[in-house]
Amino acid sequence: MEVNVEARRILAVSISKLYASRSQRGGLRLHRSLLLSMVMRSARDIYHSSRESEQPNGEQPATEEPMDTNCDPKEKARLAPDLADTSADMAPGVSDKLDESDCDITEDKENLSPAKQSRKRRGKASAAPDFLPSKRARLEPGEERYAAPVGSCRAGVGDYRSALTLNQVIPAF
Amino acid sequence: MAAPGGDMQWCFSQVKGAIDDDVAEADIISTVEFNHTGELLATGDKGGRVVIFQQEIENKSLPQFRSEYNVYSTFQSHEPEFDYLKSLEIEEKINKIRWLPQKNAAQFLLSTNDKTIKLWKISERDKRPDGYNLKEDDGRYKDPNSITSLRVPVLIPMDLMVEASPRRVFANAHTYHINSVSVNSDHETYLSADDLRVNLWHLEITDRSFNIVDIKPTNMEELTEVITAAEFHPHQCNTFVYSSSKGIIRLCDMRESALCDRHTKLFEEPEDPSNRSFFSEIISSISDVKFSHSGRYMMTRDYLSVKIWDLNMENRPVETYQVHEYLRSKLCSLYENDCIFDKFECCWNGNDSVVMTGSYNNFFRMFDRSQRRDVMLEASRENSKPMQVLKPRKVCAGGKRKKDEISVDSLDFNKKILHTAWHPQDNIIAVATTNNLYIFQDKVN
Repeated sequence: MEVNVEARRILAVSISKLYASRSQRGGLRLHRSLLLSMVMRSARDIYHSSRESEQPNGEQPATEEPMDTNCDPKEKARLAPDLADTSADMAPGVSDKLDESDCDITEDKENLSPAKQSRKRRGKASAAPDFLPSKRARLEPGEERYAAPVGSCRAGVGDYRSALTLNQVIPAF
Repeated sequence: MAAPGGDMQWCFSQVKGAIDDDVAEADIISTVEFNHTGELLATGDKGGRVVIFQQEIENKSLPQFRSEYNVYSTFQSHEPEFDYLKSLEIEEKINKIRWLPQKNAAQFLLSTNDKTIKLWKISERDKRPDGYNLKEDDGRYKDPNSITSLRVPVLIPMDLMVEASPRRVFANAHTYHINSVSVNSDHETYLSADDLRVNLWHLEITDRSFNIVDIKPTNMEELTEVITAAEFHPHQCNTFVYSSSKGIIRLCDMRESALCDRHTKLFEEPEDPSNRSFFSEIISSISDVKFSHSGRYMMTRDYLSVKIWDLNMENRPVETYQVHEYLRSKLCSLYENDCIFDKFECCWNGNDSVVMTGSYNNFFRMFDRSQRRDVMLEASRENSKPMQVLKPRKVCAGGKRKKDEISVDSLDFNKKILHTAWHPQDNIIAVATTNNLYIFQDKVN
């Protein structure tokens, strides 16, 4: 499904932008982070809805149900299990949110296939989704990961560290 | 052949800045502003410097040559700082410059970076005292025993010296990044806006400011909207507007309550569902809002268009102009190369009949509201011969490219015109490319 492919690419690009913006001079820009999170949300919603229509058995990601009592918008922003590879590298302000999310990620792990339970380097044989880019070397400050020319909408994206739920980006301030 | 953009024919006048293609980051122009008479033109750059140009007296022997702008003063307004508590660097880039109306011989302007606003006094000195009794000309003190007579020191002419001194520093009032500064028509107060708050200051008082708008939610996870620009009404000192990332403009009346969280008017155009895409939210974010000189209208700039709003009508703009509609199908690429986040500004001409804004490839557009005509022009070194008339430019969206047209895919997205300014009375415009300032003027006087 083309929309699905597009959504996944945009999601990957957005995540890498979010990560790159953390090392930007002047600190995280709230406006930019908000816009990025909105795009990610749209892309993720489209991705999910197209996946659900692909799997009529309705294999619901487990994380979208629990903690409904706490905060609805937060739950809606949870990424699906296969996107939830955790990142060790969070912004300082997000650490208390992380504690909360850790238990969710633990829950995720219970549902993951055996190949994904290890947080160590994944081999080629792993069942990682194909649109997630492979890990690459860390950039020096000021280095640009890529410069996508206009007209080529390729996913020339860099490294990513996911599991920043969309709404966790904002409290990082 | 009728000239586009009304009867105006735009000619190259001057270009300021380095010629070389290798742009130093500190030289990137970040704001451009004429003062209230148009005699002075200020620019701010990423390196925290302010350069002020002054219009010279008209050259009477060459009537077609309007006055030229020459450097009047250059000073370092802001320096990079470090916030130790948050481990964040505070950029010295000048986000906005706003002139105060002139009250005496000196000129005053407000310049701001992300966190601190400064009031600068720019004054001229063209006389110096001479003939001190106790001091030599070079400043050394004389031996009192050698003084045999007294004289009165006199002021003698000297070469003009322009001094800029910081008179006030308004700091520590913004947690988020300052995007706007606007001087009130009362000439005593001004507002500053960041992503979530708008503060009101008195020009004389630096240790206190009043918070007049606060849209920070209790739970930051519920944040859906930020403030992108704010401006005081040109005549009504109680009225101001602020625009948001959702494409909404709120007009507030400070007489209603101390905290203007509840708007008096809300301007929003319903979204066209046929244009919905992943990037609809980004492109509807307003990057600039400007009142007309008359105070009856306001103009907003979002990524693809310029809208004119009548303050008496909230449900839709009275005019909408597409700046570069050919980019609508390229939003995905523009997202990847970050151009979709570019914040374009817009400006009115002196009598509110024409509006101007920038685009890519060093193109800028003018929309003549009264004549319903528009034109796209280019600021480039190739068209920089004195008084050279600017030829209208056209972009071909697809299909067959006509002669002289440029195709969308050939546009240089690194060459963007974000900042433009129009002289308050005359048809003289200042257009900033990445690191150059172009001044164009209307050929017909």
